Amino acid sequence: MPQRVPQQAGGNPAGGLTRRAFLSTSMALAAAAGAEFVTGQAPAFAQTKTLHVLEWSSFVPAADVVRDQQAAEFGKQAGVKVTIEHINANDLLARATAAIEGRKGPDILQLLNNDPHLYAGGLEDHNQLIAELGGDRFYPFIIEAVKVTGVVRGVPYFFGGGANTYRKDIFKKVGIDKPPDTWEEHLAAGKKLKKSGMPIGQTLGHTFGDAPGFAYPVLWSFGGMEVDEKGKVAINSKETRAAVDFVKEFWFAACDEGGLAWDDTSNNRAFLAETIACTLNGASIYFVARNTPEKTAPGMADNIGHFLMPRGPAGRFHTVGPFSNCIASYSENKEVAKDYIRYCHQKEVYEKFFVTNKGYINGPLPEWQEHPMWESDPAITIFRELPKYGRSIGYAGPYDRKAAEVRAKYIIVDLFAKVVQGESPQSAIAWAEKELKNVYERA
Amino acid sequence: MKALPKSTVTARSSGTLVSAEASAPYRLSWLASISAWLENEAVLGYMLMTPALLLILIFIAYPFSLGVWLSLTDKLVSQPAHFIGLRNFTHLFESQIFWTTVWNTVFFTFSATVLKAVLGMWLAVLLNRKIRFARFIRATVLLPFIVPTVLSGLAWVWMFDATFSVFNWGLRWLWQSTEWLFNADFGYFRGPRWLGDPAWAMFSIILVNTWRGIPFFAISFLAGLQTVPAELYDAGDIDGATGWQKFWHITVPLIKPIAVVVIVFSFVVTFADFQVVYVLTRGGPHNSTHLLATLAYQLGMGSGNLGEGAAVALFMFPFLALVILWQLLYLRKESSQ
Repeated sequence: MPQRVPQQAGGNPAGGLTRRAFLSTSMALAAAAGAEFVTGQAPAFAQTKTLHVLEWSSFVPAADVVRDQQAAEFGKQAGVKVTIEHINANDLLARATAAIEGRKGPDILQLLNNDPHLYAGGLEDHNQLIAELGGDRFYPFIIEAVKVTGVVRGVPYFFGGGANTYRKDIFKKVGIDKPPDTWEEHLAAGKKLKKSGMPIGQTLGHTFGDAPGFAYPVLWSFGGMEVDEKGKVAINSKETRAAVDFVKEFWFAACDEGGLAWDDTSNNRAFLAETIACTLNGASIYFVARNTPEKTAPGMADNIGHFLMPRGPAGRFHTVGPFSNCIASYSENKEVAKDYIRYCHQKEVYEKFFVTNKGYINGPLPEWQEHPMWESDPAITIFRELPKYGRSIGYAGPYDRKAAEVRAKYIIVDLFAKVVQGESPQSAIAWAEKELKNVYERA
Repeated sequence: MKALPKSTVTARSSGTLVSAEASAPYRLSWLASISAWLENEAVLGYMLMTPALLLILIFIAYPFSLGVWLSLTDKLVSQPAHFIGLRNFTHLFESQIFWTTVWNTVFFTFSATVLKAVLGMWLAVLLNRKIRFARFIRATVLLPFIVPTVLSGLAWVWMFDATFSVFNWGLRWLWQSTEWLFNADFGYFRGPRWLGDPAWAMFSIILVNTWRGIPFFAISFLAGLQTVPAELYDAGDIDGATGWQKFWHITVPLIKPIAVVVIVFSFVVTFADFQVVYVLTRGGPHNSTHLLATLAYQLGMGSGNLGEGAAVALFMFPFLALVILWQLLYLRKESSQ
């Protein structure tokens, strides 16, 4: 990946860095890193001997293996002992809270979505690092996730999102010739699928990925939003009501009703066990079917396809969840941590990670959309489209701490979960409005 | 050798080198004075109490005080705290999630404690009988209590899994067998949505908590049962008492003190339970299984709102304090009798 440094027209570029400071620091870094840095070698000026990185346990196990290998390689080159700790993504927040408040723990915390807003006071200023690694070329929605009052608090590493994984053969068998494009078509397809005994599988549980990945886009696609542009709670609208009414019908007519308790792994298991024919997911189900055919029904991988979230009256949307590497301000190994992040973003290093994920992730810069990997397998090409439809959680308000709190409390997910559990739409919307006001209008 | 003058001893204590012979009498006198000091019971009492006091101060008083302080602030993770009085509590009182959680916690605690007490007593009575391999069986009964909750919780998650639930497989087999037996078609049997339906999810967490807690009750009750003199039962037999009458009029009154302690202890632990819910449902579906401990965790650790999280956690305190106070009064009354 080219390491172009954006030219700034004025003396004070975005992020508050002066040109003089930026240039002098860049020169110092270039001098220190020398030729090794630009040729893909880890810089050799690391001062300390350990680096602790906390990150999620990927649904693409091979990606974790690559991360571990690359960390070991960096450690070897830089003379640093790197420990990568992979944990369940649902537990990252708790670990980060304990580390930031205790001022002790991993040097680099991988934070999801806009969680860096929650921990801004305990994270380093990454403005310079961002400028080095891509500057303005980072997708705006992933920079929003880490930028808190003008200061970038982490470096977006990749972002993930879901598409609908479906069984082409089952769809054909029940008379559906092409993947649904609108929610109405999706509902009609789901009815046929459920009648055939293999419904759509969707979670509305308290889990980080697939539940908000469904609830927010369906709300947005009907025109609903939790707050307006000024941050005023706007959930109580006829658009929200339309979304809620739709989901209620969709749930009973088309979905596996057991999905209320699913976590992000449950739908993978259900799909691979052939109890559902379609589910919102990353490409991980496909990878398991493709890479371990002995564990799935014969020929399953060839029968798996993906399609985008259906369109609603207001359009088509996807949540795009950035994963950012954030250096903790308590870290005593900040320079090593920066070197490590630089190393991870070097073209050939990143490329290996990117290709291993094979469409499960998107790169942080648009140039990764042009990578030949996307054409290597037609089943995953659709994931390249996600940035076009990506919208930040908290829309139409800012992607800030309050939006993160609403997501962490699963208020939008529970709005739909309540309705499918029999609560009236009016009551569920009133509940959500009250809980949202409790977050957004709290003094 | 003459004893060193007092001035020399003073000089040693300030770092001047003195001979070994000179320091010996000093050491003796110093030890003697410490010894004499410790002879004072008041001093010795405080000294022996100090380690426990320090432990209580460091591990109980300090976290508790910090919790109280946090609950009165707008503390957000990574931000400084500002005193806001009782505003966290008023926010909570306005939140339906909070009141749902309070109700869940009360219902969960009472249901699980009653079940554990009844089934634990039943198991204890069974284990108290003379049976073969009694020791082995008693040790085996303890297994659910020994296995880490998170580990057994994961096993339960699989058993309750919406797709792969072994319970539902079993029930479905029974269903199909019945169909075959009666040569009828009852339709497809899916089985309960153990963790996906609010009522079933609550039932499931109570079930797992009960499963885990029964051994504690059973073993404690068993210890109580074994202290009941056999002659009392013999006397009951002579008087023609039925098994139930013997249990109610002999066993229950005699193991009541143990039972009260065990039930109250379990009540407190169940009220503050976290692991079972965290592993099984994370409070879902739509907060229907949130307990105060899991809500406090979600608010404090999940959304970074440490002040509000502390307020939720602190809400447990009056309930538990009342229960413990009642227990203390009861035990005092019992001992005075």
